This record gives sequence, structure tokens and C-alpha cells, in this order.
Amino acid sequence: MLTLLLLLFPLVASLVVLASGNKLAAKLALLFAVVELGLTGYGLSVFLLSGPELFTVFQEWITDPKISLNLGLDGLSMLMVLLTNFLLPVIILTSFNRVIDNAKAYFSLILMMQFALLGVFMANDGLLYYIFWELALIPIYFIALNWGGPNRVPVTLKFFIYTLAGSLFMLFGFIALYHLNPGKSFNITELYSMVISKENQAWLFWMFFVAFAIKIPIIPFHTWQADTYKESPTQGTMLLSGIMLKMGTYSLLRWLLPVFPEGVAMWTPLIMGLCIAGIVYASIIAIMQKDLKRVLAYSSVAHVGLISAGIFTLNITGLEGSVVQMLSHGVVVVGLFFAADIIYHRTNTFEIDKLGGIRTAAPQFNTLFLIIVLASVGLPLTNSFIGEFLLLLGVFQYNYIAAGVGGLTIILSAVYMFRMFQRVMLGKTNEVTVNFADLHWNEKVVLWILVIVIIAAGIYPQPILAIAEPALRIILDNAVLN
Amino acid sequence: MNTIIYTSVLGFICMVAEILNLRKVIIPVAVIGLAAILALTITDWGTTVAHYNDMVRTDNFSVAFGSLAIIITGLVIALSSDYYKNEQNHISDYMAIIIFTLVGGLVLLSYSNMAMLFLGIEILSLSLYVMAGSRKYDTSSNEAGLKYFLMGSFASGFLLFGIALIYGVTGSFHLEAINTYLASATTVSPLFYLGVLMLLVAILFKVSAAPFHFWSPDVYEGSPALITALMATLVKVVMFGAFYRLFSTAFGNLGDYTNWLIALVAALTMVVGNLTALQQVNVKRLLAFSGIAHAGYLLLGILSISTDATSALFYYSAAYALATIAAFAVAIPVFQASGSELVSAFNGLGKRKPFMAAMLTMALLSLAGIPPFAGFLAKYYIFSEAMSNGFFALLLIAIVSSIIGVYYYFKLILAMYTEPTDEAVVVKFPWVYIVVASFCVLLSLILGLYPNPVIQLF
Repeated sequence: MLTLLLLLFPLVASLVVLASGNKLAAKLALLFAVVELGLTGYGLSVFLLSGPELFTVFQEWITDPKISLNLGLDGLSMLMVLLTNFLLPVIILTSFNRVIDNAKAYFSLILMMQFALLGVFMANDGLLYYIFWELALIPIYFIALNWGGPNRVPVTLKFFIYTLAGSLFMLFGFIALYHLNPGKSFNITELYSMVISKENQAWLFWMFFVAFAIKIPIIPFHTWQADTYKESPTQGTMLLSGIMLKMGTYSLLRWLLPVFPEGVAMWTPLIMGLCIAGIVYASIIAIMQKDLKRVLAYSSVAHVGLISAGIFTLNITGLEGSVVQMLSHGVVVVGLFFAADIIYHRTNTFEIDKLGGIRTAAPQFNTLFLIIVLASVGLPLTNSFIGEFLLLLGVFQYNYIAAGVGGLTIILSAVYMFRMFQRVMLGKTNEVTVNFADLHWNEKVVLWILVIVIIAAGIYPQPILAIAEPALRIILDNAVLN
Repeated sequence: MNTIIYTSVLGFICMVAEILNLRKVIIPVAVIGLAAILALTITDWGTTVAHYNDMVRTDNFSVAFGSLAIIITGLVIALSSDYYKNEQNHISDYMAIIIFTLVGGLVLLSYSNMAMLFLGIEILSLSLYVMAGSRKYDTSSNEAGLKYFLMGSFASGFLLFGIALIYGVTGSFHLEAINTYLASATTVSPLFYLGVLMLLVAILFKVSAAPFHFWSPDVYEGSPALITALMATLVKVVMFGAFYRLFSTAFGNLGDYTNWLIALVAALTMVVGNLTALQQVNVKRLLAFSGIAHAGYLLLGILSISTDATSALFYYSAAYALATIAAFAVAIPVFQASGSELVSAFNGLGKRKPFMAAMLTMALLSLAGIPPFAGFLAKYYIFSEAMSNGFFALLLIAIVSSIIGVYYYFKLILAMYTEPTDEAVVVKFPWVYIVVASFCVLLSLILGLYPNPVIQLF
């Protein structure tokens, strides 16, 4: 019951916000998102006290093909739901003190997006999962299309078609699985226990992997990403990078590794190569960027490259690292894009060369931004440190050369993040930044919340690991060939 | 059988209404009459009855597809109330002819004899030739009527020749007799195959499958928009019903001979339809090519006869027809207000008429096959049938071409939401159009979320 409430509340909220007025929309959306977060907190306490069984929902839906309303929350899903519902009120709060036309449609779409994302993380039936996966694309497309930057039309269309192409291959994969499954269903437990021949796994692996790799994105499927991040409105970029990208990495864990163990074993060296190469490649591109938002976009590619590499190590350290890093990346990247939005709001530019000296004008902003940048680099005592450490340890257990090359991410990310920070924040003020006002109340609240979470999770990450581990063990048991 | 008779009577009533000077009530009467006929048709469910020496046979297949055809016609007639408001003098002729189109369609869905197949196609086509050219003072309408007539009669020639050859070999027009002949004959004369080939050409022409599709964009563009809607939905649905009936009863034992041919045509139709649609700037042509592409997907259902793809075919037809009618219900007032049928006529509709723009967006998303609309599950069912019959390569082509399809549906959506508005044009949506569009979209959403009742029919 609680699962259904958690899932459907954002949908109802979305409709209510759509029916409300433009002036009220932002406040109403924030209220609903906070209530949803409260529900999640209650859900988490129930989860910790009495385990995941209480959260299972099973209801027959379509008889042919057999699709059921099969929802559940294990440790992994719970953490993703927590991430989504924590970030949503924060993202909505970032839009306060900004002018947004047709606000009721905007916030309604954001809440609709939350509904679809929660569905993706909760679904335990293949086709139900697929429907939510597709559904998540529609609101974010319209958010980017209607409220995006000047070049948004071709960019968002590319994004839409690119991701839809991936999804259709996944649909093909699901249809094939359905026909191969003697029980003729999409139920996740049946898919886990199904025997699929090695030849079939070899190609079915790619049907799913391409869909996920586009969403994450892993090179060479990343070409839609930087432009889309740049052209989307700030809240859209936050949704894309903070949560939607985690749909891909989550799906690798949930739907790829345990279903196709032989396929994974066969292709892991290649995928690992792609991930590691992606880290170095994206980092180097990030160093070269002149645009603030694009630096952050490419840094995101580099970070998720490491997360994906951790997933394909197939050892518990790598998997735990990937989950921790998914959460911390979500929090950090939202902070970074918000900082970029604050700068843009006051200076009207994302060009790094035009900025400088903001520290003098806005000391409080400077401090908070610095902490988030340090978290992004993976400094100890921030949440990303735990994640990156576990990931690199996991990759090292898999192959020490891969870990050596992948470890460059620590140095390279320091190069591009500090280079960016130095040019934007330090130095002398110029005519663009001289009147830089310090933070508004909502900006303060958002940045402080993020910073507190970053440090708290960095000092005491144990609860996250404890929640994730049992679920990851089950996945790993199915994913590793005996 | 009763359905066909009652529908014909309704057509005659519409014609007589002219004499009795009852033009004002003609459309409500037609809609109510169709609703009554629909109810009568549904009561035939579950029975199989042969009529007139087994020329026509009503069974579950004909009831289901017939009901769909009646609903489609009813919606189109509802739209015509406003469409023909300036042509009150001809309204009874138009209504009668549209209803006779439905009669042809109903014959095509219940025939069990080749002669009735021919008659059905002719009743359907003759009515459409007239309607395509019904804008007497518009040269493009005349062109459309003449083009359709010339090409269509050519195809009818093929059809007749094919039927004659098959009759020559098997000695019967009856579908089941042909099937028995195929099952029992030790060697089948090559003339029979030639006959099947000609029959296939004629039917592929009527469903506008590539390479027999060249007539359809021109005819769709030239015809009055309402008739285009009728051709894009009713004709496509009943022709596929007839196609399926022919192959599942008469040619069930033919096997590979037609399969590879249809597979080739399906692949070509999907690729040509989608690729050509990309370049269209005229909305009617765009919908024509989208219809061609959908014919390609429907052909996958014809290929899957051995696993009984009836429900997949029915679901797909319903999803396609609902979305297309909704699209036309939004498009026709836009065409009329702006006097243009180009994509640019839709510029800024999202700001001016957010509700109807949302309806069109949802209809297009359904056509593109995006959940939770019926178009998604429709694609799923058809693809799934093709998969269980082992058409992997064809399926990959289908998937790639449906990715292309998304692009041109989005051209319209982008025009509505991102282009600046032309303030001078004021689009007014009559209430019937709003009702029809919302009805179709709502039904498509319900079908997409809860397909059980439809998919369990067969």
C-alpha cells in the first residue's frame, strides 16, 4: 500500500499543480515534493524495521502478454527512490526567485517526471519497467523544449530520437526474452532464473546495453549529452544529470547483470575498456571547454564512466562503490549545476573567460561552491570520496591496469574543476562580476542542504552500504557464473 | 448480414431525405442510425451464420472488425456536420455515399466468396472515387478523383483477372473450397500462383503498400480533408480485414510462396513510407506516408497468420484509426482557418489552443508508438507476433523505421510548441471536433492502459 502511495502521489500532485494557477504552482509543487519526501522517510523507517517484503505489490494487469503491476523495493531501489525524492524538492526550490512562464505546466511536468522515475526504480515486471522508462522521456523532452536555451529545438530532438532508438532495441530484447521464457512472462524473478543459451545472451546483451549506455551515457553513445545539458533549463539539467542518468546505471544492475551472466562475462573486457577510455576522454574534453555548463556536462560523463566500470567489475566492492557514487554524484551534480545557474542568473553568461573575482563579491557563495567542487573532485570527508575509493578498489580487484588508468580521474577531475573554479571565482572582479549579489534565501537553503548531506554522507556512509548490500549480493549471485 | 442490409437502408434514407427536405436532421439521424446498427451488430457476437448460399458469412471476425468500421464511420460523419456547413445542397448525397462506403467495407469484412470480395471492393472504391472528386470547382479535388479512379480501376482489373485464374484452376469462388483444393491437390497449376500474385497486387494497391503506393499521397492531398480521414482510417482497416480473411481462410496452405513476397513488400513499405514522410511539408501528405508506413507494420500481422494474429491486427487497426481520426479532428479546423495544409499552419497552436494542441500531441505520440497510448501496445503485439514467426530481420527493419517515424511526427509537435504564432489567423474548434478528438484520445489511452477486453476477443 505504501509503495502505491509513494508511486502515485507525485502523479496526483502533478495533476493538481496543472489545475492550479501559475502564481501558486511553484509553492504547491514544493509542498507536494516535501510531503512525498516525508512519506519516503516513513517508508525508509518501515523498511529498516521490517524489511523489504512489506513493499511488494502484485496485481494482474494485462493477460496477454502477461504484464502485471509488480512493484517492489529492495535496498537498491529504496536508495534510488530516496535519491529521487530528496532531490525533487531541492530542484523545485532552486527555481524560486526565477521567472518561469507557464509555471503550472513546468512544475506539473517536473512532478510527472518524478512519477515516471519512481516507476522505473520500483517496477519488477519487464514491460511495466519499460513503460515507465519511456514515460520518463516525455516530460523531460517537453521541459527542455519549452523552457530551454536558444538552440533547443534540434538538440532536444536529437536527444529524444537517440534515447528512443536505444529504448526500442530494449523493447526488441524484451519481446525476445518473453518468447524465450517458457513461463511466458516478464516477471523479474523468472527472468533471473531463466536459462538462456550462450548465443542468445551474446546478442541480447547488446539490445539492453545500448539502451542503458545511451542513457548513462557511456562513450561512444554520449554525443547527445553535452548539448542537451547545455540547452535544458537548469531544473531540466538537474533532473537529467542528477536522477535520469541513474536510471541507466540502476538498470545495468537490475536488468542486465543478473539476466545475462554469460553475455556479461563475454563482453565485460570490451565494456570495461569503453568505460575507462570514457573517463580519460571526457576528462580531457572537460579541460578544454570554455563554457561552464559544458565543463560540468563532461565531468559528469567522466564520473559515470567510473560508476559503470565499477558495476562491471562484478565484485561486491565495485557494486557498493557504484551505488554510493550514484547517490553522491546525484547530490553533487545538482549543486554544481545550481552554482552555474546562480552565476548565469547574475551575469548572463556561461563563458568561463568572461568571469572571475566572484569570491570577493559573494564570499558565502564562494565557500559553499568550493565545498561542492571539492566533493566533486573526491576529497576525503566528502561523500564522493567513499564512492570513488570503493570504485577504484573494485576496479583494482578486477584488473590493476584498468584501475591505474581509471585512477587518473582523480588527477584529471582536479585539473578541470580547479581550473574552472579558479577562473570563475578567484582573481580580480571585472565589469561582469563586480555587482555580483550574494545568495538569496532559497539559494542559501538549497546549497546548505546539499553541503550538509555531502559532509554527513562523507563522514558516516555506513547506513547506505548496509541498506544496499543485501540487494547487491542477490544481484551478484545471479550475475557471476559458477 | 443484417448489418449490411440495415446500413444500406440507412444510406437510402439519407438519399430520400433530400426529397423530403429534411437536410437539417440528416447528420444526427445518420449518427443515431449507425449507433443502432452497431448495437445490432454486437448482438451477433459468438454466432457463425452463412447467408445466401454461403456468399456472406458473419462470424466473430466480421462482427469485431465491422463494429470498428461502424465506429470509424460514425466519428467521420459526426465531423462532417461542421465540415459541410456551406454545402447544405449536397449534404444528403455526401452522407449517403459515405454510408455506402461503409456498406462496401462491411461486405469486405464478411465475404466468403471471391465474387463478394470483388463486389465489396467495387462498392467501397466507387463511393470513394466520387467523394475524392466531390469539390467540383477545385482542380486538385478533380485531379484526385480522376487519378484514384484510373489507378483503382486498373487494380480492379488485376483483381478480376486473379480471381478468374484461381477459378479456372480450382473450379470455385468459395474460399473454403479453394483451401480444400490446396490441401488435397498433389500438384498445383502455375496458373493458380499467377492468380494469387495478381490478387495480391490488387490488394496491396488498395492498402497502399510500396511499390503500389504512388497514388495515395496525391489522392490524400487533393481530396477534401474529411474524405482523406475516411480513406486513411476506414479503407485501411477494412482492406486489411479483407486481406487477413482471404489469407487465413483461402490461402492458409500456401505457405512460403506468398510469405517471402509479403515480407519483401512489408520491408519496402516501412522503409519507403517512413523515409518519404521525412521530407513532407504538407500535413495531408505526411499523414498519407505515415499511413503507408503503418500499412507496412500491419503487413507483419498478415505474415503471422499461422499463429493467429487476429487480435494483434484488430488492436493495431483500432489504435491506428483512433489516433488518425483524432489527428484529423484537430487538423481540419486548422486547415480551414489558415487556408493552408502545410506544417507551418500549426505554428504556435500550443499557445493559442493548448487543449487541442495537447490532443494532437497525444494522437501523434500514439502513432509514434510511445506508451502509455494504444499505439505502443499495438506495435508490441504486432512485433511479438512477427517474432514468434521468426521474422527477425524484418523486425529489425520495423524497429529502425519506427525510430525514423518519430522524427516526422515530432515535426508537427515542434511546430505547435516552438514556432511563433501567426496572430492574424484565428482557429475556432467547433464543439463536435473537440468531442471527437477527446473521445478518440481518451479511448486510445484506455486501450493502452487496459487492453484486456480487446485482446481477449479472439
